Amino acid sequence: MLEPINVSLESLNLITLAPMLIAIAGGLIILCIDLFKDGLHKSLYVMLTVLVLLIDLGSVIGLNLNERGFFDVILIDGISIVSQVLIIVGSIVFIPLALSSKRFHEYSYPEFFALFLFMVAGFQFMVASDNLILIFVGLETASLALYTLIALHNRSNSYEAAVKYFTMGALAAGFFAMGSAMIYALTGSIEIYKIAEVLGTRIGETDLMIAIFGGFILILVSLAFKLSLYPFHTWAPDVYEGASAALVGYMSVVPKIAAFVVAIRVFGMAIDLGIEPIRTTILVIAVLTMTLANIMALVQEDVKRMLAYSSISHAGFVMAALALDTTEANTSIFLYYALFMFTNLGAFAMLWISRHKMRRFNNRYDHPYEKFAGFIKIMPVGAVIMGLFMLSLAGVPPFSVFWGKIYVMQAAVNAGYIWLALVMGLNSVIAAYYYLKLVVYMFLKDPIKDVDTIYYNISRPLMVIIGFATVATLGAIFYIQPLVSYIYYMISASGY
Amino acid sequence: MDYILSILVFFPAIAALLGFVIDKDSARVYGITVAAIEFFLSLWLWFSFDGSNAGMQFVELIPVIPDFGVNYYLGVDGISLFIILMTTMMTLIGIMSLSVKENVKNMIITLLFLEMTMVGVFVSLDAIIFYLFWELSLVPMLYIIGAWGGSLRVYAAVKFFLYTFAGSLIMLVGMLFMAYTYQSLTGVWSFALTDWYALVLPVSYQMWLFAAFFIGFAIKVPMFPFHTWLPYAHGQAPTIGSVILAAVLLKMGTYGFVRFSLPLFPDAAVIWITPIAVLSIIMIIYTAMVAYAQKDMKQVIAYSSVSHMGIVMLGIFAMNAEGIGGSVFQMLSHGIVSGALFMLVGVIYDRRHTKMMDEFGGIAAVMPKYAVIFGIMLVASVGLPLTIGFVGEFLVLIGFYQVSPIMTILAGTSIIIGSVYMLSLFKKSFFGPVTKEENRNLKDLDAKETWSLVPLVAIVVWLGIYPKPILDPIDNSVKAMLNFMDEKAITQEAKDMIHVAKSTKEAK
Repeated sequence: MLEPINVSLESLNLITLAPMLIAIAGGLIILCIDLFKDGLHKSLYVMLTVLVLLIDLGSVIGLNLNERGFFDVILIDGISIVSQVLIIVGSIVFIPLALSSKRFHEYSYPEFFALFLFMVAGFQFMVASDNLILIFVGLETASLALYTLIALHNRSNSYEAAVKYFTMGALAAGFFAMGSAMIYALTGSIEIYKIAEVLGTRIGETDLMIAIFGGFILILVSLAFKLSLYPFHTWAPDVYEGASAALVGYMSVVPKIAAFVVAIRVFGMAIDLGIEPIRTTILVIAVLTMTLANIMALVQEDVKRMLAYSSISHAGFVMAALALDTTEANTSIFLYYALFMFTNLGAFAMLWISRHKMRRFNNRYDHPYEKFAGFIKIMPVGAVIMGLFMLSLAGVPPFSVFWGKIYVMQAAVNAGYIWLALVMGLNSVIAAYYYLKLVVYMFLKDPIKDVDTIYYNISRPLMVIIGFATVATLGAIFYIQPLVSYIYYMISASGY
Repeated sequence: MDYILSILVFFPAIAALLGFVIDKDSARVYGITVAAIEFFLSLWLWFSFDGSNAGMQFVELIPVIPDFGVNYYLGVDGISLFIILMTTMMTLIGIMSLSVKENVKNMIITLLFLEMTMVGVFVSLDAIIFYLFWELSLVPMLYIIGAWGGSLRVYAAVKFFLYTFAGSLIMLVGMLFMAYTYQSLTGVWSFALTDWYALVLPVSYQMWLFAAFFIGFAIKVPMFPFHTWLPYAHGQAPTIGSVILAAVLLKMGTYGFVRFSLPLFPDAAVIWITPIAVLSIIMIIYTAMVAYAQKDMKQVIAYSSVSHMGIVMLGIFAMNAEGIGGSVFQMLSHGIVSGALFMLVGVIYDRRHTKMMDEFGGIAAVMPKYAVIFGIMLVASVGLPLTIGFVGEFLVLIGFYQVSPIMTILAGTSIIIGSVYMLSLFKKSFFGPVTKEENRNLKDLDAKETWSLVPLVAIVVWLGIYPKPILDPIDNSVKAMLNFMDEKAITQEAKDMIHVAKSTKEAK
């Protein structure tokens, strides 16, 4: 006879699960509403999503630091709180982009919003656990939802994008499972802190270390797919091109934050233990990613593809910080994405308002550079704002991304990697060229006369979002201090 | 007026923002008024400036990112005071003489933003705030060259931007390393220049940091061999762009050397004297020769401007009061004179839409007033005694003579080559018979142009004859800086270099 298992409800500490449950419940509510009444307007669902996410945000902020829950698989430390906050805030600011003036296929389905919430829950599971299996489950939940969201955009190249992303994602998932299995086989645990304990005692055994390095590399490959790091980035430009601008902006920030958290947990632990090859591998990948993606971005003819490569390059930038494994470096990862989020939101929102059902400038691309020629004459405020986002992405002070860049570079200098800071600086110069290319088109060229306005898809909510992104980009200097000290406190409280 | 520096920095920016509301046709008057108010504010700064105090005045310090050591930290001393005055004056005169016809409103707004960044660079005492204004100044200039420039404008504008951006990012890494060193020695983060001054670094650190800052500043100056962006930028820029670029933006580089490189890294600076002097002399002689070979008037002035910046660089690395003081004075005189020369070329370009010298000839007979003013500016540029150009050049040469007589003689040839190309320009365009029919009916300077140029002529002559009111405060601050460098230097060589210079000064 097996002993009956007694688990007391208090020991589960269910409050740690509350944020994800709220998001899932919100998704279910949206599905139920659709059951009862058809044909409701998308604005209802958008606002419901925002409200659910707000409650979610509240419950995350209310969590106590450094707790475990639900059979100890949920870990609420500083990183998981900061990243959940970023994920939820990112979701809140991106979802209102659905309120464009033109109707788009995907937003007429309430399932879009339900899936969106499930995806957010998936990301939250990913960041709030140090159990490799739960991370895997979160990763898959989020990814499967995201593939569907991409495919819902009713275009042939959206299907292409979704299938491509799905194939690559499935491959990445396979690598992740394989890597976890290897690590489990070698250390007997799937809890990262236990893995660290086991490895800590056996650090001298060379053959074990080689095998465990293999396991880590498998996980690195799978995360590199998710983070679109070189050489696993090839899906990104095509997927970005096929998906809607609103979703692409989201994809270039939020999933990456989640993946970075997993990377910090896994590789931060490995680097802490002194497995130097991991650090070297990450540095090499990071430098290659930022440099090659930048060079590829130079030759793009489509703004969205350019931004895709640029966001790959930004990911490489942040990946380099990961290799440093200091508290400052880990802080800089979140700071960078927090600042990058607003600028990226603005840039993709600007692309989104220029979205037209027809491709009127080019047979292949939605957003070729020519589309923005002479934007300053058509819509001066829009051009100035878009120019602002481009300069911010290029790292011109005092706009938001500059502060992220300088913080990452400072972290590199502090850790003794001055060459890395120099590489970052030179990469910013290459990057400045392609951002300037758009600025040049907008400000210094004449508009193509026979095509009408490019702010085709504009609506009041979108203007509010863009205005918000502009203020956040411009006024970064005023909120850097509280942001840095909050993130730094959270990161150092969780011991990274 | 405790916050006069903040007012000076942000008044043009706020005016620029409000300028979006101003009607197109009134934008010009608005621009002139704002620039004039700004100029009077800077005059006020001069009058309330205590000339006998060599330290920083009107200091403002507001912590912005305390965790990271970034402060909003402003102040002026004798070195920056007159560069600020020159900036506001050249902006005012530039706007007054503005000959751009299309999108005047955009131009005015851009110029006012540019003025904010320029003044900001010269008053910042915090490295990050300095860097912020430094980088931000590229954006309006990019727009001015790219939107109103000649046929290759986009190429010139982007080249200008990327070149400077690349240099300054390397400088940024230097700044970050400096802050890190400060933090590891004191335990506190700080980007404040005055804090950094207190830091005594080992020579090996100084060398690397000096190199990082050197790249940032040298590209801006522009030092040979980093000068290739400048002829394009000048060649393609509209008149106002060239005026501001030559008068103010180039000075940021040399100012950076005086403000950052020398006091922060005295030992490295002394070690670098010879290489930099050689580069400066190449820059002086080579670009003067290139200037002589040009057919385009504007290119002549552009290259002569590089040549004169070589003199400024030489003076800075003389490491004595005459040299550095003379350099700062030369920055002012170069700003005024080359600004005026670019304006004068703009005048003739507006009439004939060409800048080629062989298109002209005998202009003096048709446009006497124009010829007189051009002549005065030209001799001032060459460095004729009793003009503003003479004072700075003379002081620099005296200063550098104490370092190396041979190099000084080589540098002195610049006066000869300078007069060769300038006088040949003058001869080709202004004297002789009127060769082209269309030049016969050129209108002489109109009221707008005259009133923009006459004040500059007055200053050129006034400061040429009596430079004392400006030289004294500059000298004070420069001496204080040299004393400080002398105390701070750790190698005996550097002490000798800086010290010897001081004792000869005292002996006089």
